[in-house]
Amino acid sequence: MIALLVRDLRLAMRAGGGFGLGLAFFLLVTVLVPLGVGPEGATLAKIAPGILWVGALLACLLSLDRVFALDFEDGSLDLLATAPIPLEGVVAVKSAAHWIVTGLPLTLIAPVLAVLLHLPEGGYLWLVVSLALGTPALSVIGTFGAALTVGLKRGGLLLSLLVLPLYVPTLIFGAEVVKRGAEGMAIATPLLLLAGITAGAAALLPFASAAAIRINLR
Amino acid sequence: MSIWEYANPKKFMQTSAWALPWVTVLSVLCLLGGLVWGFFFTPDDYKQGSTVKIIYLHVPAAMMAINAWVMMLVTSLIWIVRRHHVSALAAKAAAPIGMTFTLIALVTGAIWGQPMWGTWWEWDPRLTSFLILFLFYLGYMALWEAIENPDTAADLTSVLCMVGSVFAILSRYAVNFWNQGLHQGASLSLDKEENVSDVYWFPLLICIAGFVLLFVTLVLLRTRTEIRARRIQALQAREKLA
Repeated sequence: MIALLVRDLRLAMRAGGGFGLGLAFFLLVTVLVPLGVGPEGATLAKIAPGILWVGALLACLLSLDRVFALDFEDGSLDLLATAPIPLEGVVAVKSAAHWIVTGLPLTLIAPVLAVLLHLPEGGYLWLVVSLALGTPALSVIGTFGAALTVGLKRGGLLLSLLVLPLYVPTLIFGAEVVKRGAEGMAIATPLLLLAGITAGAAALLPFASAAAIRINLR
Repeated sequence: MSIWEYANPKKFMQTSAWALPWVTVLSVLCLLGGLVWGFFFTPDDYKQGSTVKIIYLHVPAAMMAINAWVMMLVTSLIWIVRRHHVSALAAKAAAPIGMTFTLIALVTGAIWGQPMWGTWWEWDPRLTSFLILFLFYLGYMALWEAIENPDTAADLTSVLCMVGSVFAILSRYAVNFWNQGLHQGASLSLDKEENVSDVYWFPLLICIAGFVLLFVTLVLLRTRTEIRARRIQALQAREKLA
C-alpha cells in the first residue's frame, strides 16, 4: 500500500500530473472575488471564511477526475483490482494520495490567501485547523464520485453534479468553524461535527467506492 | 403468495395492468375532491387570507418528494440484494416524479412566501435542504442517463442512492445548524397539541391521499414503460443476431 501511495504521489508531482493546477485555481478564486464584490475590507472580512472554503472545495473538485481515469485507461486499475491488497485499501490509498497532493497544499496556502481577503486575526488558526480536518473528507467523498464515473467518456461535469451535493455538510461545518473563530466565538461544536464527518466518511466511503469500481470493471 | 412474485416482469405487468385504472381513478377522485373542497369550501385564514389554501398542494408535494427518495432507497436495496430488474426500473421511474414533487413544493412555497414572509426565497433550513434534495435527484438521474449498460447503471445508481441518503440526512441537520428557520415546524403530527384546525385538516388529508395515489399511478405507469423499453431493446438485439 505504501508503494502504491509513493507511486501515485510521484505520478502526480511529475510533469503532466497537474499538481499546481488546484493551487493556481484557488489563488484565482481569491483574486477574482474581491474584483467582483469590491475592495472594502469590512465586506471582504465578512465573506472571507465562506470564499476560502468554497475556493478550496472547487480546487479539490478540479483534480478529482484524475484519481482513477488514467489508471483505468492504461489498465493498471484492473491490475490493482486483482492485486493481493483489498480494493477498499487501494481506494483509501488513492484518496490519501489525492489529499496529499491537493488538500494539504490548499491548507498550507490558505492563510496566505486569507490575508488578501482581510480575514480577522482570530480566524487564521481555525482556518488551517478546519481545512486540515475537512479536506480529507472532500478527497474521500470525491474519490467516491470518481469511482462512480470512472468508465464514462464525459465524466467531468457529471462528477461535479454528483459530488457537490455530497460536499454540503462538510462545507457548512468547515466555514462555520472559521466564521466563529474569526468572531472569537466558541468553535468546539462545528469543529467536532466536521471531524466526525471526516472520520465517518473515511471509515465507510472506501467500501462504497470499491463497490462502484468493481461494478465499473465488470 | 409472496411479494417477490412481482419481481417477475410478466407477473408485474399483469397485476399492474389490472391495478392501474383503479389507482388512476382513485387518485383523480381524491385530488379533485380534496382540491375543490380545499379551494372553494374552506374559510380564509384570519391572518393569511386565501393564501393558506396553497397548503393543499405544498404539503402533500413536499411529503411525497421525500417519500419518493425513500422508495428509491428501498427499491435500490432490493436490487442490490436480490437483483430483481423490476425493482431497479421502479427506482429509475420514481426519480423524475420525486424531482417534480420537489420542484412543486419549492415553487408553491415561494408563491406563498412572497405575500406572507415578504420574500420569494429565504435561506431557511427546510427550504435549503429541499433545494439540496433537488440537486440529489438531478445527480441521480444524470447518472442513469450517462451509463449505457443498463445493469451497470442500475448498480451504480443504487450505490449513489444509498450514499446520497446518508448525506441528504446529514445535510438536513447541517443546515439546521447553519441558519435559524423561518418555516414553521410540523403541524400535522398526530401526537401534538397544536395542529392545523380541522377545517383545513380533512381536505388536506384527502389531498395527501390523492398525492400518494398519484405517485403510485405514475410510478406504475413509468415502470411499465421502462419494462416495455427493455423488452424492445432485447427484441432489437435478437433481430441483429438473426
